[in-house]
Amino acid sequence: MLRDSDRIFTNLYGLHDWRLAGARARGDWDGTKEILAKGRDWIIEEMKNSGLRGRGGAGFPTGVKWSFMPKTEGPRPHYLVINADEGEPGTCKDREMMRFDPHKLIEGALIASFAIGAHAAYIYIRGEFVREAEHLNYAIDEARAAGLLGPNACGSGWDCEVYVHRGAGAYICGEESALIESLEGKKGQPRLKPPFPAGVGLYGCPTTVNNVESIAVAPTILRRGASWFAGLGKPNNTGTKVFCISGHVNTPCNVEEEMGIPLKDLIEKHAGGVRGGWDNLLAIIPGGSSVPMLNKQQCEEVTMDFDALRAMRSGLGTAAVIVMDKSTDLVRGIARLSKFYWHESCGQCTPCREGTGWMYRMMQRMVTGNAELSEIDLLEEISRQIEGHTICALGDAAAWPVQGLIRTFRPELERRIKERQAKIQAA
Amino acid sequence: MPKLTIDGREIEVEAGMTIIQAADQLGIEIPRFCYHERLAIAGNCRMCLVEVEKMPKPVASCAMPVGEGMVVKTNTPVVRKARQGVMEFLLLNHPLDCPICDQGGECDLQDQAMAYGADKGRCQEGKRAVPDKDYGPLVQTMMTRCIQCTRCVRFISEIAGTPVLGGLGRGEHLEITRYVGAAVSSELSGNLIDLCPVGALTNKPASYTYRSWELKKTESIDVMDALGAAIRVDTRGNEVIRVLPRVNEDVNEEWLSDRSRFAVDGLKRQRLDRPYVRKDGKLAAVTWPEALAAIADRLKGMAGSKIAAIAGDQADAEAMVAYKDLLTALGSVNLDCRQDGAALDASVRASYLFNSTAAGIEQADALLIIGSNPRKENPVLNARIRKRWQKGGFKIGRIGHKGDLTYKYEHLGETASVLKDIADGKHPFFEVLKAASRPALIIGQGALSRADGAVLLGLARKLADSAGLVKDGWNGFNVLHTAAARVGGLDLGFVPGKGGRDVAGILDGAAKGDISAVFLLGADEIDMAGLGQAFVVYQGTHGDSGAHRADVILPAAAYTEKSATYVNLEGRAQQTRLAVFPPGEAKEDWRIVRALSDALGKPLAYDSLKAVRERLAKASPAFAAIGEVAPAAWGAFGAEGAVGDGSLVSNIDNFYMTDPISRASKTMAECTAAFGGGCNHKHKKTGTHG
Repeated sequence: MLRDSDRIFTNLYGLHDWRLAGARARGDWDGTKEILAKGRDWIIEEMKNSGLRGRGGAGFPTGVKWSFMPKTEGPRPHYLVINADEGEPGTCKDREMMRFDPHKLIEGALIASFAIGAHAAYIYIRGEFVREAEHLNYAIDEARAAGLLGPNACGSGWDCEVYVHRGAGAYICGEESALIESLEGKKGQPRLKPPFPAGVGLYGCPTTVNNVESIAVAPTILRRGASWFAGLGKPNNTGTKVFCISGHVNTPCNVEEEMGIPLKDLIEKHAGGVRGGWDNLLAIIPGGSSVPMLNKQQCEEVTMDFDALRAMRSGLGTAAVIVMDKSTDLVRGIARLSKFYWHESCGQCTPCREGTGWMYRMMQRMVTGNAELSEIDLLEEISRQIEGHTICALGDAAAWPVQGLIRTFRPELERRIKERQAKIQAA
Repeated sequence: MPKLTIDGREIEVEAGMTIIQAADQLGIEIPRFCYHERLAIAGNCRMCLVEVEKMPKPVASCAMPVGEGMVVKTNTPVVRKARQGVMEFLLLNHPLDCPICDQGGECDLQDQAMAYGADKGRCQEGKRAVPDKDYGPLVQTMMTRCIQCTRCVRFISEIAGTPVLGGLGRGEHLEITRYVGAAVSSELSGNLIDLCPVGALTNKPASYTYRSWELKKTESIDVMDALGAAIRVDTRGNEVIRVLPRVNEDVNEEWLSDRSRFAVDGLKRQRLDRPYVRKDGKLAAVTWPEALAAIADRLKGMAGSKIAAIAGDQADAEAMVAYKDLLTALGSVNLDCRQDGAALDASVRASYLFNSTAAGIEQADALLIIGSNPRKENPVLNARIRKRWQKGGFKIGRIGHKGDLTYKYEHLGETASVLKDIADGKHPFFEVLKAASRPALIIGQGALSRADGAVLLGLARKLADSAGLVKDGWNGFNVLHTAAARVGGLDLGFVPGKGGRDVAGILDGAAKGDISAVFLLGADEIDMAGLGQAFVVYQGTHGDSGAHRADVILPAAAYTEKSATYVNLEGRAQQTRLAVFPPGEAKEDWRIVRALSDALGKPLAYDSLKAVRERLAKASPAFAAIGEVAPAAWGAFGAEGAVGDGSLVSNIDNFYMTDPISRASKTMAECTAAFGGGCNHKHKKTGTHG
């Protein structure tokens, strides 16, 4: 279990002052100038050594991402964009960080901007996060007034402004290139890659897009050293991570833990265990709605990190653990997720636009068993027709929960269909 | 230059190209719906997925830049499976109404469904229906068929420069629509029909009248404006059903203006299909020999100086040379092909050509537009200017009316005095032109047909000389013609001979009685009241103003009904082809003149089209080199003098109605009502608009 002294988010529960004074008391903005003085290369190298993998879901090493930016600023300015459009169902970590620890994010924004050569950072925050946006803006004003941001930030000689941009409530705008489009004032539709944002991003300029958590942990990593962070967790899955545990547990919560903690431990120790005891567990979605679910057997074995979950054909995603006990109508649950993806598909590319609706409608019929047995395979095949054929990852995200359901709970689907057919025959 | 392998074949292509372009070069076909080589890459249809070694997922070949050593496979089980999946999704909400769809038979989706479609649908769910949109009188929408490829959205915003289309809603509810209250009022909107890979956007005037495989296709040349766009005339029986653009990179790329495309219904209305002779003030139908005899009768003994001929805007070169020879034989030098009185002179060829050439305008880096509205006078050429402007580093100034040309320009002023200032080097825009390495100017007929047209032409020439518009390998002096016949007429010297009268002189003479007989070769845009008591022979296609005034009407073939030569504004001679036969007793223009020459006792020296064309080639070498442009020698032209007052305005008042064909077209009338078509002013609705 993570020691308290190793926690990064020491005000995750809002028990202390979130403003500048409180943040400083917790160690934020301490020695920022000295960190910046060590230079760009040192910061990026340190981030690489820490092994921090992006906390937005894909798990791409943050330091490596920063190193993709052009080394010197050409005619086009560089931008840092912070993805605070936290819309993944089950995920609520960024919200708490921005509400109770906004200065961690802002300090991180300054350091990251410096490291990638940007003078402006945009925080694209989900529109529904009203208080969080207010806190961020307040914190930015405080930091600016204290000389920590703005011209010659922290006395480092680096000019850096941070802006908060509120989104309008589209899940797809959490995809980095759709987010950039939306930030530019266009319809939020993902862009084709390549070119990647590090080459052609916001307003056609080199841009780095990072998740809130990735940025917010950076100052602490740099203060305490890469080796400290790398010493936590497991190799290639280092450091700490905020897990969001929701669903059928006794005490749903956000909790910062070491990467690689066994899933069962996470739930038993921090969330008060599964409602009605571990044996009442039916399934867990371990990383936000987009990843395939795990059955009880898998949940007992798996550790919470990118590689172990990958090996289980699931994923860490945003580390939003959705726990479902035996009272859950799993099929209905996944049908609801299918509806979510159908509703949130941007409609740009064919497989996702057409396929999500088809899957959703089939899933709806699966709930009542109003289908043929052969349609289970059809459903699986359609999900494979979507997966990997789209511009962005929303197609994959829509396909995986359905695939997870079929892989893990196929007998349940068959039972419903057979029961309904038997009922019709009897009548 | 990266080298890559596609299906085992190696190819070296330019860096920055995408896989689909490389495959096209190799002749390897990759199916596509959203990709179009002239539009921005959208990558949204996902039909062009291919496998690339070392990439985990199939990639969209239209969007993936080539890389050194890339190994691409376009025909593997994985690729086929992926495309079959995409095809299934595309057909999911696409109606199966191919039997009644106008796109049937020439539909990309239909074709690809043959290759990648399943024999039956697996989807039990209902289909989506999308309300149709009103895109105006030209483009029929059937939005349920739309596959959201966004080609139309990209065309209308990128090429046409009128961003009125977009996608509304998301996911399954994504609909392509125009913005609220905005009409698709582009002069290039017909190209949306060609671009649409399915039957969502079809030809409204021709809807439900044809099946594409019934049509006979004739490759020809457009004469509705002076560009001479390459077209294909699709006919059934003896009826022109539709006109489509062909690819000609030097002229129209693959675009066509709406008038050129949709005015063809005018070919069926108001046609002159037999000769008429005015008897007792009324036109009476007669036979050809009677009509020719009537003319011979009136011209008998008439002095040549009392005879005149005016060629209209769609007259072909064969007819003009025949008329010229006939009038010469009759002893007349009163002939003119400049109905509007444009101050162009036939002696220096460079003085009346679009010297930079249409494609060459893309090389220019500064442009001055004088008294012209290229958007209305030549939409396709205007799209080229816009294309150049989009690349950046292209300063455009305009003298004349303010208005949206689909690109940004500096409005320098309304009056001709601004041109004088620039030509004198007193205006800052002079420095812009001087500093440019390939500066250009465009002078329109609106400026040239003014009373001070010759002075303006002279000023333009002076500017061209002083600002370096004419140099080695570059001539940026451009006259933008609006008449397809004009350059051909000037090339063969259909202008007053020594002591001859021009159009104004002919009208003046007719009013005073000095001119007794006037031949109008499709000339309808002159002031007919000015012809006074003169004997008027009208040779043309439509019952327009000329026919109303005529004493003898000789029915002629329209451009779709003859093989004829036209020289476009660049000086490029091109030939139309006979797609349908002329209606009734109408005949090819030069044959009429040939027959007339017999009746007048001055038989012309040629009896076949070949012989006429040989005669043309003697008149100007341009006619000998069909389809080619030769640089014209620079010279002295224009006049000196004082410039007049008043704004420089375009000569096109209504884009949709400029000539007898489009004036007879119902479609063009609908467009005029819907879009106004006004160029210099907005048409206001009157009380009769209901």
